[in-house]
Amino acid sequence: MRFESLLDSVGHTPLIGLPRLSPSADVRLWAKMEDRNPTGSIKDRAALRMIEQAEADGLLRPGCTILEPTSGNTGISLAMAARLKGYRLVVVMPENTSVERRQLLHMYGASIHFSPAAGGSNEAVRVAKVMAEEHPDWVMLYQYGNPANSLAHYETTGPEILADLPTITHFVAGLGTTGTLMGTGRFLREHVPGIEIIAAEPRYGEVVYGLRNIDEGFIPELYDESVLTTRYSVAARDAVRRTRELLDLEGIFAGISTGGIVHAALGAAAKAHKEGRKADIAFIVCDGGWKYLSTGAYEGTLDDAEDALDGELWA
Amino acid sequence: MAIEVRIPTILRNYTDGAKIVEGSGATLAEVLADLETRYTGIHERIVDEAGLRRFVNVYLNDEDVRFLDGINTAVSDGDVVTVLPAVAGG
Repeated sequence: MRFESLLDSVGHTPLIGLPRLSPSADVRLWAKMEDRNPTGSIKDRAALRMIEQAEADGLLRPGCTILEPTSGNTGISLAMAARLKGYRLVVVMPENTSVERRQLLHMYGASIHFSPAAGGSNEAVRVAKVMAEEHPDWVMLYQYGNPANSLAHYETTGPEILADLPTITHFVAGLGTTGTLMGTGRFLREHVPGIEIIAAEPRYGEVVYGLRNIDEGFIPELYDESVLTTRYSVAARDAVRRTRELLDLEGIFAGISTGGIVHAALGAAAKAHKEGRKADIAFIVCDGGWKYLSTGAYEGTLDDAEDALDGELWA
Repeated sequence: MAIEVRIPTILRNYTDGAKIVEGSGATLAEVLADLETRYTGIHERIVDEAGLRRFVNVYLNDEDVRFLDGINTAVSDGDVVTVLPAVAGG
């Protein structure tokens, strides 16, 4: 396939059948390979869509500075696009994120402002909002509340999956900004009656929930509960176990958040199998495992991996 | 009926620091009411007049109860209830 530039090649990812992981010929699992995007994650879709919307709206002009709170992948996607389009990028990232993410951001020329580990991305969002007030000329795209984030998936991810799998019965993805699930979920609901839209939410170690007050919690502005049918909380141990299973059985080397999604997808598959229903379950492979090798998730026992990930933002 | 309830760090001042407590009842609402008899004040940190508080998520065996029957979700012996504050991902 030929494209005029790297930015033009975002999306159009393969959907790959998983015969060994699927419980039967009637209940099939399918992996949407978002690691095949230019910077290796699904966030390329949202990042590019948000930048192009801001350009169309006249907010972004050449030489502008973009500011964004991100635990990694969105920052890396924005950094690539910003480099090609001539913007400066400042990301606010929690300090408990993998070293590879920092290395990639530095390579693309982004500036990183670290926020404290306690509170995780909540803190990054809070710090970025303060910085945005201090620098009114900077443009914060704000992935948690920017409709262009979910629109990217409504316009591309959803239609691609439906074209490749018209018999789809379940869609499973990770819940972070909620953009993937809101956009893809809305599109699929409009075209597939009765489809199940399942969220897999990472359950982190305790430091990440270290808020001072329970009313300081955070729900992304994009989140609309009515798009989902089920929401699972997946612990690091289950996510790592499934990440390894995906590699062992199907040869796919995915990041840890994908393991969490596989866990939820297998739960849905087991349920359909037990009830004797046919099912075609598509799930998102968010990124490859490369950026998480240093975390220890891919070697040693599950206990070791669980300990290594405690307190880390692994998804 | 014994239901295991996992308490987040910020609510452990109500449970003398305990991470895991036991409750009883046939529904989540009954379990939370039962907890209140021993851990005074914890109930209103999790529930208000409308149901679950906005920034509180409660999971029954890892499934968000808002997609089951909310605080009226049926629970049974051996179930695990996890209470967590809503945090940002991404």
